[in-house]
Amino acid sequence: MSKILMKGNEAVAEAAIRSGCRLYFAYPITPQSELIEYMAKMMPKVGGCFLQAESEVSAINMVYGAAGSGKRVMTSSSSPGISLKMEGISYLAGAELPCVVVNVQRGGPGLGDIQPAQGDYFQATKGGGHGDYRTIVLAPNSVQEFADMASEAFDLADKYRTPVMILADGMLGQMMEPVEFKTPKTPEEMEELDKQHNSWCICPNEDGDKKHHHEINSLEIDPYVLEKHVNDLYAKYAVIEDKETRYETYNVSDDNEILCVAWGTSSRIVKSAINELKAEGKSIGLIRPITVWPYPTEAVKKAIGKKVKKVYVFELNTGQMLDDVKIAVEGKVPVDFWGKVGGIVFTPAEIKAKLEACFK
Amino acid sequence: MKAELICAGFGGQGVLTIGKFIAKAGMKEGKNVSWLPSYGPEMRGGTANVSTVVSDEPIASPIVSFPDILVALNQPSIDKFGPSVRENGVLIINSNMCPHGCKRTDVQIISAPMSDIAAEIGSPMVLNMIAIGIIIGKTGLIKYETMEEDLTSFMKAKNPELLEKNLIAIKRGIELGKQ
Amino acid sequence: MEIIAKRPESLTKTPFTYCPGCLHGVAHRLVAEAIEEFGLTNHMTGVAPVGCSVFAYKFFNFDMAQAAHGRAPAVATGMKRARPDMHVFTYQGDGDLAAIGTAEIVHAANRGEHISVFFVNNAIYGMTGGQMAPTTLPNMKTTTSPYGRNTDDIGHPIRVSELLATLVAPYYIERVSLLSPADILKAKKAVSKAIQYNKEGRGFTFVELISTCPTNWGIDPIKSRDWAKENMLPFFKVGCLRDKGEGVE
Repeated sequence: MSKILMKGNEAVAEAAIRSGCRLYFAYPITPQSELIEYMAKMMPKVGGCFLQAESEVSAINMVYGAAGSGKRVMTSSSSPGISLKMEGISYLAGAELPCVVVNVQRGGPGLGDIQPAQGDYFQATKGGGHGDYRTIVLAPNSVQEFADMASEAFDLADKYRTPVMILADGMLGQMMEPVEFKTPKTPEEMEELDKQHNSWCICPNEDGDKKHHHEINSLEIDPYVLEKHVNDLYAKYAVIEDKETRYETYNVSDDNEILCVAWGTSSRIVKSAINELKAEGKSIGLIRPITVWPYPTEAVKKAIGKKVKKVYVFELNTGQMLDDVKIAVEGKVPVDFWGKVGGIVFTPAEIKAKLEACFK
Repeated sequence: MKAELICAGFGGQGVLTIGKFIAKAGMKEGKNVSWLPSYGPEMRGGTANVSTVVSDEPIASPIVSFPDILVALNQPSIDKFGPSVRENGVLIINSNMCPHGCKRTDVQIISAPMSDIAAEIGSPMVLNMIAIGIIIGKTGLIKYETMEEDLTSFMKAKNPELLEKNLIAIKRGIELGKQ
Repeated sequence: MEIIAKRPESLTKTPFTYCPGCLHGVAHRLVAEAIEEFGLTNHMTGVAPVGCSVFAYKFFNFDMAQAAHGRAPAVATGMKRARPDMHVFTYQGDGDLAAIGTAEIVHAANRGEHISVFFVNNAIYGMTGGQMAPTTLPNMKTTTSPYGRNTDDIGHPIRVSELLATLVAPYYIERVSLLSPADILKAKKAVSKAIQYNKEGRGFTFVELISTCPTNWGIDPIKSRDWAKENMLPFFKVGCLRDKGEGVE
């Protein structure tokens, strides 16, 4: 299939449909509106359900109902709307329901602005709603990856019965880049998907089994039962940490004097700066977490070569991933941070200047 | 090869489309491309702008801080982005909407009454095609044939008359760019 | 021996967790019987609310979901849209439906969502210990209106059935009471009608059931029914507000 020039918001929607998503509930918000609009246009064409909910809160609870019915379902929003969804995401995690949530981040706190930001890292990676839980969080840095992550997110959600978040930002949502899509699921594959959760989800009791009674529930009134449930969740999360941690290394070598850590949009800008400095003969590596939860702690640790005198973290926030990097670095080398907030995206020139200063 | 463009103007002048056509053509010619618009309230009647990058190498940052090419369809666009154009870069100006022009002497300025030319061709909508033509004529960033093929593919059946006007506009732009 | 009454098969054997004299058990039974009578047990699913009936998911003997407070109509929407071949109902109290879940119920009704809603109105929050509900009567004392509901300060009770009846889409809206055996028989007809319309795919159906809360009202079960007849029914009048099947618009 040839490449199509497409906005990230539309690409992730198209990829979700191709991955077998036939249910989508959401509420409009900038800068993710192209996503909801694309779904409004395309879902009826594939016999799917598009529903514009009365609120973000309703949308995520519709997701809860559809996920509890065992079907691939997605919602999307931008930062303020994701905050509203957090209650529902806690319920989804508690009830162990698979679903995909896309966050096209914008500047905060509060209503903030509508420009790209990475200020929801804490919320996304540390649970976000109430109680002890985690969600898998995938952080794309290109339109192609944004699209590819839709199918990956659904696969992970189904495999582990857990909500999966794709943590993008206004730049990835609004930007157009060439994108190549996977072939859509075949009718046979769709049929398989449709019944994959029938052992536990809400579904017709076709053979009239008197014992058929599936409960979709996050309530456990007995403290000992709830304790076991939470421990079971964390046993599952341990498996996810072990098997599903993803990252990319760029220019990482034993000659590195500086190791940069950046995720999502930030990592692209840092790459630009590294390329320019590389041409000037400076050795700087970049490690980019692709899953920001589970966090690639070991990989960051290993990427610190013998000559690295500083680890430099760049984010479009005030240093939210910084904590995770510090945990990985274990105080072995200094960790520096520079970020921009307010929806301002730093430029390659600014990053370059910060990195150049390290060599002086 | 890597060229970074900013196109800017009033919302409704079709500046986003200029970037989109350039990116699409670049993609069809096998280049890496990115297109990043301004969005939100800025779009509504204010100044709209779009960063477009066309490159042989994978594009790390889609954000253009120092454009090689600036297309300015109105004066505020020159005021905002003019100073950041790279030395010896190209500044394409719609002189009908830019009464003060640009004072820089270290860039190549092509100033043309694009609104008048568009009216002359018979549709104000082709103004952005004139700008694309100038880019092609001046820099050879993309090929005319790619544009013609692309426009034909979706316009020929729907609006052959407008297609013709668009192609005339691009050709006029190319002439201006070559001067 | 002739069996004249038995537990409907669409109820599990899990003992109810309700207070003595509570009418939730009656309401559960009416819903369960209707589901069984229309042969829907194997294709029915329900959504339990937050409130006294939070454990309803344990009591109905088919697949059930438990929703966040007030969100049952949204959850039911997701279920119905995901599985159009299933029949879906929500079972909600007045705090859940008429306070925190106002947006969800209004919009589910307005979409004409193909679900049934059974709304138990006893003018108080039961599970949390007797706080003021959106349906608490004027001057009625609760733990959060210790001097009586002051309508100048907090407004009047909400008549949900009438409110929903202003919308175009709902197919069936009726208010009934559970305050006497005769009322319960009438309530049964309404619940059955809602389930019948649900089975037939007619649209959004809504039955409000006027009930009591002896524990939190501090009135014994029998007297609480009399109290409700005297105080609730004049404000929450029973009757059919919408029945498109019978030409009541």
